[in-house]
Order: sequence, then structure tokens, then C-alpha cells
Amino acid sequence: MLRDAWLVATKDLQIEWRSRVTFSQVVPFAGLVLVLFGFALDANRPVLLQATSGLFWVTIMFVSTLAVQRSTSIETTDGARRALLLAGIEPPAVFVGKSIAVAVQLLAVEVVLLAGVVVLYSADVEAWGLVFATCLVATVGIAAAGTLLGALVAGVRARETVLPILLLPVLAPVLIGATRAFDDALGSVAVDGWSWLGLLAGFGVINVVLGALSYGVLLEET
Amino acid sequence: MTNPPLDLPAHTGSRTTRVLGAAVLVGVATMILLGFFVAPEDDLMADSVRMIFVHVPSAILTYVAFSVTAVGSVMWLWKRSVWWDIVAHSSAEIGVVFCGLTLVTGSIWGRPTWNTYWEWGDVRLVTTLILFVMMIGYLAVRSMGGDESAVATRAAVVGVIAAINIPIINRSVEWWADRTLHQQSSITDGKLEDWTLFTMFLGIVVWGVFYTWSMTHRFRIAWLERELRDGDLDEAIAARRAEAAASGGAS
Repeated sequence: MLRDAWLVATKDLQIEWRSRVTFSQVVPFAGLVLVLFGFALDANRPVLLQATSGLFWVTIMFVSTLAVQRSTSIETTDGARRALLLAGIEPPAVFVGKSIAVAVQLLAVEVVLLAGVVVLYSADVEAWGLVFATCLVATVGIAAAGTLLGALVAGVRARETVLPILLLPVLAPVLIGATRAFDDALGSVAVDGWSWLGLLAGFGVINVVLGALSYGVLLEET
Repeated sequence: MTNPPLDLPAHTGSRTTRVLGAAVLVGVATMILLGFFVAPEDDLMADSVRMIFVHVPSAILTYVAFSVTAVGSVMWLWKRSVWWDIVAHSSAEIGVVFCGLTLVTGSIWGRPTWNTYWEWGDVRLVTTLILFVMMIGYLAVRSMGGDESAVATRAAVVGVIAAINIPIINRSVEWWADRTLHQQSSITDGKLEDWTLFTMFLGIVVWGVFYTWSMTHRFRIAWLERELRDGDLDEAIAARRAEAAASGGAS
């Protein structure tokens, strides 16, 4: 199964590497959102510093809907989903593979965005270990939930509007947990960031299990 | 050629639903009487304590309704039972009303008690809002149209994901006691007066009967809609066959 998952992940990442959608469209979009937040808060540095964690993760939430939509559209065009099923790959392996591909792309965006908040908002990272751990654990949950819900809306005409309605509320616990952990790592609020990693890990595990169990039904029926 | 009309009942009422409906009316009248004239003011919350007669039953019925949706969703995914699918859908619609009522009554109660309609730092409020928005998403999935079986499967997965929130909301005031303005369970903390507690329990029973009454009607409507759709399809197929037979006979 892991070999199949890896094959699906590398397939999606190769398509991304050749099309450069994430790097030519999604990363600039994320940077733009960061700049717009700066305008909206009137370049008020103390406020920006205080809100950096939240703004970072809200931007990631927006970016995740784009990444998931892109991941879903790869399979919906030209009946690629049917071909994937006919190839004899187990649905949980497809789910894990596609989740890995989305997670890798999101992690790449997070690295760029992190550089953005350090440069534009003058954020001072006090605990790099906590920052990396939060990014990794939160991204697993986001990618798993996104891949599952992406498959759910795959056959729907208005999927571009339905996906955010479904995905963003589901990701709300990640937004809360990851923002608190970042608050600690950036020293903006006195909280124990590591304790919030437990919530993020729990969210990730639940969504990976739920996705692996139900992805097959969605792939075949919708 | 016209086909005979489908043999479907003209309404969704029955003797049982009429008894349940009457029980709800009597129950609500009793609650108004007890809530406004018998139950005393609270030492801390004064008259605003009366809001719990609606708020707590609504919150409990929200859990019940969305739990039923979750069970129905699992049963659809497992057994492909249309009956359970309709139960899940009906319960979700009623649950959204109860959840909305919980949020609104909570906000109204929060204004005199916490001095704010909404408190972002309160974990139970936030998690309840997340559940409400998720179930709005569930109903959006239901309304997307398309193949009935595919819609049911999509909605069932959303129903199961949303249900994960229920135990989190319920336990949140204990798990994150330092991140909530919400009081602990009104039922178990033993701080309520006898009549207040009795009226609140009566509210839970009345809301439960109301849920059963509305579920029965909503289920029957959904069932009749399905029968009508299937009947229309059968009619259309029969009409096309008749046309084909007539044109075949003429040639």
C-alpha cells in the first residue's frame, strides 16, 4: 500500500512540477494575502506582530482550498479517477498518496510564508522547533481533511464554492490550535504551544483514519 | 393515454402525530406558566436564569438530532438503507434549528450575564458555532442535486465528520476549564432551585416530544417526495413504452 501511495504522491507532484501551478499562482496568492493584511491593519507594527500567528494560518486555510481544488481537478479531468481505480490501486493508498502531495505543496508554501512574516511583519521566532513541529502536524491534518472533502465534491458542478463551505469549518480546530502554538513560538502570547500540538495531532489522526476508511466509497460513487 | 394518479396519502398526519402535537402544546403552555410565574429568580443570574428553560433543552436536542444524523449516516454507508438516509437528513434539518436556537438564546443570556453577546474566548460557544456551520454545509451538500445515491454518500461522510464535534462541545467546559466563561453542566452542578430544575427537565421532555413530532412529519414528507419521484419516473417510462408500442404498431 505504501508503495502505491508513494506512486500516487509522486504522480501528483510531477504534474505540479511540470505545470508549476503552486509556484506560479498559489505562492503569489499567499504573498498577496499577507500584504493585504498589512494594508488592512494600516501597517500598525504592534498589531501586526500580535496577529501574525492568526494571519499566517488564515492564509494557509485559504491556500489549502486552492491546493485541494487543484488536487481534485487532476483526477476529475479526462476521467483520470476511473483510470486510477482501474489501475487496481487500493483507495486508501490513493487517499494517502494525494494527501502527501497536498501536504508537500502546503509545506512549501508555509516556508515561503514564514519568510514573508519574518520580513514583512518583523516576526521574531523564539522557538523554531515548535514552529516546524506545528507546521508538520497541522499540515498533515489539513491535507487529510482537504483530500477527503475534495473527493466528496469532485463530481459536483459548483465544487469551487461548496469546497470552502465544507472545508473551512472542518479546519477551524487546526486554525485555533496552530495559531496558539505559533503564538508561543513567536512569543506574542504567553501560552504553552506544545500542549496545543496534541489537539493538532488528534485532528490529524482522526482525519487520516476517516479518509482512509471512506475514500473508497467516495471514489467509486461520486 | 393517461396513467392513474399515484396512490399516496394527502397529508403526513396520523393519530400518533396529533397526540404528540397536542402534548407539545400542553407542555409549552405548562413551561410558560412554570417558567414565568413559579420558578424563582436566581441569586446570581436574576431573571435571565429563565433563558435556560429554552437554552439547555435546545442544546441537548442539538446533540440528539446530530447524533441521530451520524447514526443514519453510518447506516447509509454500511447498509445502503434509504430509511436511515432519510432519518439522517430529517434529523439534520431539525438539528440545525435547535442549534441555531441554542446559539441565539445563549447570546441573549450572555448579554446581561457576561456583558457581551458573543465571547470568542469561550470554547463551548466557538465549538458549537463550528458544528452549526458544518451542518449548514451538510444541508448545502444535500441541496446540490445529482444522483440520489451519490448525494446521500457525500452527505453521510459530512455527517460523520461533524458528529466528531459533539463530544468535544459537550466536554469542552471540563477539558478547557481555563478557556471558558461557560458554567459547568447546569444539570449536575446542583446550584439550581427545585422549580427551576424541574422546569428545565420539563423543557427537555417537551423539546424531545417536539423533536419526535417534527421528525415524524419531516420523515414522511421526504418519503412521499421519494415515492413521487419514483412514481413519476415509472409513469414516464410507461408513457415512452406506450408511445413506442403505438408507433411500432403504426409502421
